[in-house]
Parts: sequence; structure tokens; C-alpha cells
Amino acid sequence: MVMQWIKKTGMFLVLAFASFAVNAEYAWNFPKPVTPMALDTLHVHNKFMLITMILFVVVLAIMIYSIVNHRKSRNYQAATFTGPRTRPQVLWTLVPFAILLYIDFILMGIPAYHSVVMMEDTKNNADMVIKVNGSQWRWSYEYMDGDAQGIKFVSNLTTPQEQITNEAEKGEHYLLEVDNPLVLPVDKKVRILLTASDVIHNWWVPAFGASRDAIPGFLRETWVKVEEEGTYRGQCKELCGKGHGYMPVVVKAVPQEEFDVWVADQKQQMAANTAGADKEWTKDELMALGKDVYTKNCAVCHQVSGAGLPPAFPALTGSKLVAEPNLDSDGKLLKDSHLDRVLNGKGVMPAWKATLSDSDIAAVVTYERNALGNAVGDVLQPAQVKALR
Amino acid sequence: MSYTTTAHHDAHEDHPSGIMRWLTTTNHKDIGTMYLIFALIMFMVGGSMIMLVRAELFQPGMQLVQPEFFNQLIGVHALIMIFMALMPAATGFANWMLPLQIGAPDMALPRLNNWGFWLLPPAAILLTLPYILALFGIGDGAIATGWTFYAPLSVQGGIGVDFAIFAVHLLGISSVMGSINVIVTIFNMRAPGMTLMKMPMFAWGWLITAFLLIATIPVLAGAVTMLLTDRHFGTHFFDAAGGGDPIMFQHLFWFFGHPEVYILLLPVWGFMPQILQTFARKPMYGYKVQVYSLWAIGALSVVVWAHHFFTVGMPVPALLYFMYSTMAISIPLAVLFYCWIATIWRGSMSFETPMLFAVGWIILFGIGGLTGLVLADVAADAQYHHTYFVVAHFHYTLFAGGIMGIMAGVYYWLPKMTGHMYNEKLGKLHFWLTAISFNLTFIPQFFLGLAGMPRRIPDYALQFSEFNMISSIAAFVLGAAQLLFVYNIISCARGGKKATDQVWEGAQGLEWTLPSPPPYHSFTEQPVVK
Repeated sequence: MVMQWIKKTGMFLVLAFASFAVNAEYAWNFPKPVTPMALDTLHVHNKFMLITMILFVVVLAIMIYSIVNHRKSRNYQAATFTGPRTRPQVLWTLVPFAILLYIDFILMGIPAYHSVVMMEDTKNNADMVIKVNGSQWRWSYEYMDGDAQGIKFVSNLTTPQEQITNEAEKGEHYLLEVDNPLVLPVDKKVRILLTASDVIHNWWVPAFGASRDAIPGFLRETWVKVEEEGTYRGQCKELCGKGHGYMPVVVKAVPQEEFDVWVADQKQQMAANTAGADKEWTKDELMALGKDVYTKNCAVCHQVSGAGLPPAFPALTGSKLVAEPNLDSDGKLLKDSHLDRVLNGKGVMPAWKATLSDSDIAAVVTYERNALGNAVGDVLQPAQVKALR
Repeated sequence: MSYTTTAHHDAHEDHPSGIMRWLTTTNHKDIGTMYLIFALIMFMVGGSMIMLVRAELFQPGMQLVQPEFFNQLIGVHALIMIFMALMPAATGFANWMLPLQIGAPDMALPRLNNWGFWLLPPAAILLTLPYILALFGIGDGAIATGWTFYAPLSVQGGIGVDFAIFAVHLLGISSVMGSINVIVTIFNMRAPGMTLMKMPMFAWGWLITAFLLIATIPVLAGAVTMLLTDRHFGTHFFDAAGGGDPIMFQHLFWFFGHPEVYILLLPVWGFMPQILQTFARKPMYGYKVQVYSLWAIGALSVVVWAHHFFTVGMPVPALLYFMYSTMAISIPLAVLFYCWIATIWRGSMSFETPMLFAVGWIILFGIGGLTGLVLADVAADAQYHHTYFVVAHFHYTLFAGGIMGIMAGVYYWLPKMTGHMYNEKLGKLHFWLTAISFNLTFIPQFFLGLAGMPRRIPDYALQFSEFNMISSIAAFVLGAAQLLFVYNIISCARGGKKATDQVWEGAQGLEWTLPSPPPYHSFTEQPVVK
């Protein structure tokens, strides 16, 4: 009775699944491809899936025929053969393996060869080069050549903590949204150089079909040529610690003209930042900017409250290191001071020198010394940071 | 083959009783029983961990655990299931059945055998102790790098990594000792007349497993030792800043890791044809070619390791080599599938629980194999790699191909081991619940992977919600169904219908010539195989 019920329910579920699969198109497969590589991957994938499904169905049909007919309850008398006996039987036995060899190395092997060559062709006819750096747990981007050369920024997750802890309703792009997306022009072949500053990460956008590890101390490369405008989302794909699920990749593909405008805009902002480093900032200005920088970059480990997550991530609140002075009387950086840690890092703590501007560093150090339960009282000016570079 | 046997039923059975019997035993059946019980316990422990993971993944957002703890659960789940459930279960069968099948009085090296087992409980304690230490504020929990220990994440990790390294050392020593024992037993203790090519297939499967273990476990031990010195003694094997290379760790790890897959599966490929021929009442098809295929797979398995990390970036010739050599494995594997199906073809089949598991195993393991063939393609792998597609794939090979295979073996030999028949109705219910809920757990994960959900993330974007929910519910059913398995085993050990010597109508081989359960010392006079 129970067995019958289970068998029936099982059949129903299998059928229900099968009918789903016919109706929807892309939710059951790769996302819509927007690069030549992703399109090629989709074709290869579909073809291989079809081949393996045919193999599976044929073999399953043979097994089901046997299970239904060759059973003792039907009084089927067992045969006694243990292998092919005559020459035609031997030849007939070899047919499936000939077919399999053909599938493996011709039907699947040849398209697979072309895909590999295409995937690894990163250098030829590249229109621009960008560098992607993975660190725990954010991506940073730098444009290496052309008009955009020198533009660099950090890309942080913007999903509020309340959404993650279920205290607020989740937004449409929950966990797949960032403050500064990577902006790329459409129809341009972009060579992407990857590296990492702490552990191995993997930069992946499913719609691009490109996925490559970012390895600390080594350069790896891949390429994309986005053929459709739009915003594309992906995530880090290599386990990189507790924030692994919280380092999305967001890429905005825009027409060349729009990209040029964006580049000009970024350049202007960079100039303003450099100018900002030279002026005298008030403490309130520094604290306001510092809070912003802290929330985006530091709070993942040291927590919004500054309590940290000891022992891996020490507390900043009441920290001895934070209370010590940063500079000696000549304005030189003291070794193992608070500012030294922020600029140069140590162990798990990343070096922020390369990713944050002078104003950002001055602001966040000032903020950490005068908020989060600390009251050291001093103010660090961007000009002082600039002088240390 | 035909046998003449003289099994004495009145064998002397003086041995210590109580706990000392189990601590000091050198009897292959006692040790086999301990291996199997240990495997069952750890299977439930590792399973409970993944139930918690599936509960957390039931819906988006963080509900039950913190991301750090989530990472610890997934890695320890894998280590337990591989090293402490599947491997000991296979070793348990080897201990119990190899001497019976080849007509030997015991394993060749009984004290080594005892030591091999008693290294396992300390290893299990080492691996899980950091969870308990963390409750007392010591360290930050168990290993959180996944079971693969990838540097530099594992260099950065807490004390859990050190505990896991030593646990792996103990497990490795235990496996190597078990392997030496298997090889020595098979080469020296076969009954007169049993030439290598007359050996039961299970002995062949285990012989090749043993060689693979001896070839690859030392590499793993070396790799984790290098990791240990990187962590504590200032070496830079895996640190680029000191002239090392993080990717070298992956090469060393998977040089062990890929053969490991076959280490888990070869024993199953050994006894599965025996189960099929028993319930098809028809001799095994293609014995010789199966043996050659097992050797071919064993040999190929040590030269394809880099397909586990195509996305780290490799030269094109290396990519092509690892792609085509991986595809080549499909040929001997297809030979095995062909032989298994040809064994049941035109047989006179009946479907007791072991046969249900065996037939279900061919089908589900087939899905694992076919998706593996697709994963070999480098370009498509860039998309599948480290997504739920891979998670689904290797659960089809290791849960369906490994654990469901072991379950077939348990139901097949349980009457022989205990002397009682298990509850057939409950066994069948266990099979159907397991097979259906297993598919409902992992089919959605194929689609999750294709849609772009990475593995090892504690929380996910909203588009993945529905499939995760289906997968979690099915996983809970799958977990609960295993309680039936445990119950059935316990009640069978305690009593039930007496099993005959042959147990199954179509059973062939020396182990079925002995009484059920077999006497404490199996063959007091050597059987002769003609």
C-alpha cells in the first residue's frame, strides 16, 4: 500500500518536474549570454547536455525493458552467457564503445578544443586592459590604459545589514549590489588581469561566461566583450573566508559615448580629490567622510560598533594601538602605529595605501580615533598622509 | 567455479569479553563490525551537520548560524563523509568479506588491523574537538576552508586547521595500514586453486583501491605537513611573497583528491556485480574485461587531477591534456556500465532491497558519470566550476555512487553477518524514500548551479529561493529516511528470522558456504577452489 503510494507520488513529481523544464527557458539554464564566450559556452553546454541525455535515456530504456521483462515473478528463465561468444557478437559489443569514442573526442572534443582556444585568447586585439584585485571581501578595479588610465576604485557590497539579518525587507538585488560598479564600454574587447591581496578569489559574471581565479602574488587573465548594454551581476566563486557570500561583482556595460563621459567625470573627481588633499579639513568634515569610509571598508571585520570579532579581528574600541600617536615630532610615520597599520596592513589586515585616497585615509583614521567609543582627540590631515607617500 | 569446503562449526571461541574484546581484538569480523558501526555513526554525525546547513539555506537571509560557523559545517561535513563514513565502511566490508570470499582464516596482519581501526576514533575527536573548545572560548571553531584546505585561506585560518591536519594524518596512517593489510592478504592468503583471475570482483576492486591509497595518501600527508610548517614554522611553500605558489597546494591536494574519488568507488564497483549476479540469477558478464577496466580507471585516475581547478589559469596545452584525459575515463567506465547492465540482461531478477539499491545505483551513478563527462569540458567548466552544478554532480557520484552502493552491500551481507534477516518491507521503504528524496534534493541544485549560484555561500540572492527551498525540504526527508536504515540494522542485529547459509537464492561464492553468522574463526581448514 505504502509502496504503491510512494511509487505514484514519485512518478507524479518526476512528471511535474519534466513539464516545468519544457515551459521555462532561461531559469533552467545559463543566464542569457552577452559575450561571444558566454554564447559559445551556452552552445557547447546545450549540445553536451543533449548528447548525455540521449545516452541516459537510451540506457535507461534498455534497463527498464530488462527490469520489466527479465524477472523471476514472470518466470523468465535466466540465460547463462558471460560474454560475447561469436565473432559478430564481439563486433556488435564494440559498437557502443566506437560511438562513445566518437562522442568523446569528435562530437564533444572538437567544439571543446575551439572553446578553450577562444577562452585563452586574451591578448589579441584587446581594446583596453583593466586590473581586478580581490581582497577580503571586496573587489577593486583599475583602468590600465587609454583615456581611462589611472582610474581606480573599490567596489563594496551595499546591501544593508538589516536585510541580511531579516530585520528589513530584502531589495531586488539582495547581495548582488555594490556602491561602485565596474563600467565597461560595449563591443570592446577588454583584457582583464586578475590578482588578489590575501587569499584566492574568483571573479565571475555568469552572463559573461568568464570565470578566473584571482591568486595572491600572481597575475591571471581572462577577457570579456560585452555585446549588450545593461547591468550584469555575479559573485566571488572561490571560498575566501566568512565574507565569501558578500563580495558581488557588478558590471555596467554602456555605449562608448557614455563611457567617455563617465571617464571624464571620474578624472574630474580624482583631480578634486588630489586638490582636497592639500587643503586644511575641519574635524567635522573628516569625521563625516571617515564614518562613510569606515562603514564601507572596515566594518565587515571590525564591526560597525568597533567591537571587532576577536581573536581574528581585534576591537578598535579601547584599542591600545589606536591610542598611541601616529607620527613623531618630525611628521615621520611611527612603525606599528595606527596609521602604519591602515597604510601598510599586517597579516589579515590589508594595506589600504593603494586603494584609498589621502583624504579617505586621513578621515577614517581620525574617525576611528574619535568615535567608536574612542576619544584620542587628535586630527590627521590629508596633507600629512600625502607627505608620507 | 565450484568449491569444496570444510567449515567447522565448533571452532574454539575463547577471547576476552566486554570492552576488552573490542579494544584488543585481532579478529577480522570484530574489526570489520567496528569499522561499519563507526562509519554509520559518523554518517549520522556528518548528515546532521548538513541538515543544519540546509536549514540555513532554506530561505535567503541569515537565520540560524553565522557565516563563519556555516563554513565550518560544510568543510567538516565533507571530511567526515569521505574519511570517516565512506572509507571506513568500505574497509569494514574488506575486513568482513575479503577473508570469507578468498577462503582465508583472517586478514594477514591482525594487529596492524586493530591499530588501523583504533586510529579512527581519535581522528574523529581531533576533527570535531575545536567546535567544543570554541564553546569554552578556546580558538574559533573547526576548519572553515572547505574540505580542500586551499592555501592561503588555510594558512590564515584558526586552530581548527591544525586539528584537521592532524586528523588527516591519523586517517592517512590508518588507510595506508588497512591497504597494506588488504594487499598482503590478497596476495598470500587465497585458497588453493584461486588464481588472481578467479578472485571475486570485490577483491579486485579493493586491491586497486589499496594501491591507489598507498600511492596518493603520502602526497596528501606531505601537502598538509607543508601547510603546517607554513602556518607555524615560517616556511613559504604556498606564499608567493616568499617564493612559493598557492596553486602548488591545489596540484598536490588533487593529486590525492582525484584518485580519492575512485578509492571511494572501486570497492563498490567490486561488490556491485556480485549483488547483480545474485539477484539476476545469472553469472557475471565480462569478468576479465571488468578487471582490466578497473585497472585502467585506477591508472587514469592519477593523471587527470588538474580538472578540479581549470579556472586557476593554465597553459592551453595543459588544459587540453587534462580535458581529453578526463574524457578518456569515460571509456573504461562505460565498459563497466555495459557489463553491469549485461549481467542483469536476460536474467531472472527479483527485487529484494539490495537489488533495488543496486539497480537504483546504476541509474543514479550514471547521472553522476554523465555530468562528469560534461564537466571535463574546460570552457563549460568555467561556468559550472564552484557552483551548485558541481555540488549536485559529486553528490550523484558520492552519495548515489558511493553511499547508496554501500547500503546495497549492507542489506546484501547483513543476514550473513548477523544471522538474521532484516525487515524487508522497511528496507524497501528506506530505498524508495532515499532514492526519491535524493533526486529532489539534488536535481534542483543542478538548476541552481546553471543559474549562477556559487557553492559554499551562507546566503544567496532572491532568484535562487524556490529551488533552495525544494532542495532543503527534500534533504530533510532524505535525512529522516536514514533513521529507518539505522533502526533496521539495529533490529536485525538483535533478532529476526533466521538466515540460511546461502541467504539469497542466487548467491555464489565462498562466503555463502559458511553458516550465518560465520563462526568466530572462519575457515579452520582451507577450502579448495577448482
